[in-house]
Amino acid sequence: MVALTSPDFKRRAARALADPQLQKALKRGGSGFHSKRAQAVAALPEFERLREIGRDIKNHALAHLDHYLETFERNVIANGGQVHWCRDAEEARATVLRICREADARTVTKGKSMISEEIGINEHLERNGITPVETDLGEYILQLVDEPPSHIIAPAFHLNREDWEKRFRAAHTDLPKDRVFNERRDIMAEARAKLRQRFLAADVGITGANFLIAETGTSVIVTNEGNGDLTQTLPRVHIALASIEKVVPTLEDCTSLLRLLARSATGQDFSVYTTFSTGVRRAGDLDGPEAYHVVLIDNGRSNMVGTEFGEMLRCIRCAACMNHCPVYGVTGGHAYGWVYPGPMGSVLTPSLVGVDKAGHLPNASTFCGRCESVCPVKIPLPKMMRHWREREFERHLTPSTIRNGLGVWAFFAKRPSLYRAASRLGMGALALLGRGRGRFRSLPLAGGWTRGRDLPAPEPGGTFMARYAAQQRHR
Amino acid sequence: MSSREGILGAIRRGLKRGPLPADQRAMLDGRLATHPRHLIPARSRVPRAEQIALFVRNVEKEFGTIERVPDAASVPAAVADYLAAQNLEPRFVMAPHPELTELPWSERPMLAFETRRARADDAVSVQHAWAAVAETGTLLFPSDPTRPTTLNLLPETEIAVIRASAIVGAYEEAWDRLRAERAGAEPSGGFMPRNIMFVTGPSRSADIEQTLELGAHGPRRLHVVLVEDEPAARTILSEIADPRPEAAREPVARPGEIANPAD
Repeated sequence: MVALTSPDFKRRAARALADPQLQKALKRGGSGFHSKRAQAVAALPEFERLREIGRDIKNHALAHLDHYLETFERNVIANGGQVHWCRDAEEARATVLRICREADARTVTKGKSMISEEIGINEHLERNGITPVETDLGEYILQLVDEPPSHIIAPAFHLNREDWEKRFRAAHTDLPKDRVFNERRDIMAEARAKLRQRFLAADVGITGANFLIAETGTSVIVTNEGNGDLTQTLPRVHIALASIEKVVPTLEDCTSLLRLLARSATGQDFSVYTTFSTGVRRAGDLDGPEAYHVVLIDNGRSNMVGTEFGEMLRCIRCAACMNHCPVYGVTGGHAYGWVYPGPMGSVLTPSLVGVDKAGHLPNASTFCGRCESVCPVKIPLPKMMRHWREREFERHLTPSTIRNGLGVWAFFAKRPSLYRAASRLGMGALALLGRGRGRFRSLPLAGGWTRGRDLPAPEPGGTFMARYAAQQRHR
Repeated sequence: MSSREGILGAIRRGLKRGPLPADQRAMLDGRLATHPRHLIPARSRVPRAEQIALFVRNVEKEFGTIERVPDAASVPAAVADYLAAQNLEPRFVMAPHPELTELPWSERPMLAFETRRARADDAVSVQHAWAAVAETGTLLFPSDPTRPTTLNLLPETEIAVIRASAIVGAYEEAWDRLRAERAGAEPSGGFMPRNIMFVTGPSRSADIEQTLELGAHGPRRLHVVLVEDEPAARTILSEIADPRPEAAREPVARPGEIANPAD
């Protein structure tokens, strides 16, 4: 499993805020995602209705997950493929390694896959003498700089052009040192040429799966570059890594979800390549893999079924929630400290690794609700983050200052007349102190607040309750 | 206990039930057998001529190019002219599909081609599109011995030949056609080929600074030759209403365009 640094969120977020290169990258990318999604949604009047349909399809699939997984397995086998059920990351890693060894694999190409990050397959293959090669452009440079993705659909979101040029010069030492990268296109062309050799040499291709289709035993990938298709077409063996909640019943169900996926993710009506793979190369076929393996991975998901976090299993990994999150927008993905950043990560990470290990993630939210409002399958992300905060509190994981503060507040809140008297006094004092300035730059006992922002001074006119009472009297 | 049983058991515990009873299984299998459609967007549910025009417009919106020819016999000339216009050598690898191999290629003796799968050094492929979806300008390539998948991936330039009569409105109509045409075609008794690619425009990436560039790992150019084999296809595009809302007529990003130019 990949290193987990989520408990360190506050420190890492502070560091991210102070990193000018990262802030440059985040600013550039953020608003583009907003406007592209908005345009795609405006272009499809039925979009809101489709979100409800998407939610219902995934709910139906999850309510009968056992049946659809068994049906999927049966149909994969009928088409000459194999299904491997893996309870956790370790079992999944061992399974992939075994398949690679049976194929005498020396190099393995990889399409972009978040579940492959979750199980840490690259490190495991390397330790065992097999070279994994990331082929998605963003993943490729991250492999060169040895960093994890910072975004689930734009893995190198945090890098700038100069980072690309520097790393390519360092890695591709066989090319002329004085070559010039005039355009971004030149960087891409170099990666294309380098990776072309890798595609042709690979013995095994590993992809993820955006969907599994029970009806036909099919795995589906959605890409724009074409690297996923080269990965699953050229080598002798294709391994599709998929978590168990990816299964949907039929091609029609999948199609409805596909209408939501690209629009929510990149704002495209449809991704360039949406590819349905079913079994092995048929008699007479001129290309395609001779072996097709689906590695079905649980890794904590079955424990979410039927809980208050079960709805998270509807997620189709479009990244709209992080693209619209004000916290992600300033911290970037690495601050979240595990595979899945942004709001979906704040809910999923504690579900998969435990709330005690996920630290502050459910608190990394302003509860503005934008994530839920753009989610293509209507996952109530803020509600679930609130559930995690409750769990944190119950399990005494919340810091003592917050617990004590809440205790004091609760004492007053349970005694309304005392609460009113105390708030009247406090407000009066603050209004007096803040007179003329309108805000406080610092305040005793409120350093945690004022370090990052000003505290507005109360307006004259009394507390809410006092003003409400006065207004009622005037009626 | 095997991992399979462990996972299924944990799912059932979460759902607070055991294995589904036979009647419920039968109900779910019935849903699989009838595979009901959900909502289909209105944009593709338009008269035939508009549907074909919608396909043409969406191909262009996704940075594909398209040429309409009156009949199949005109395809070799269209291919030769396109290659010349792009300054490409008059040689290509072609899908061994009868609808392509039967074309009058000998009328264009300058064209050299082989019918086989693609190799890494092939610059141009001529591929047979089995169907196309007007909704998003998407070409469909089910794999079989006459339609190798590598033709869609390895060459820098892909030329796809499609008959107008093979254009459908929505994806669901293509699934119905696939089910009908390939019922029982597979050794498994099923209809799904090993691979079916839905291709919408040429390969691209925005991984470098969120800026779109064409020609990532797959073809940099996707050229469609549309054979007008039905009367509805023989219309003048500018005289056909565009059913797309305003926002649907422009691509969300153009090559080389920075996502946030104000920055």
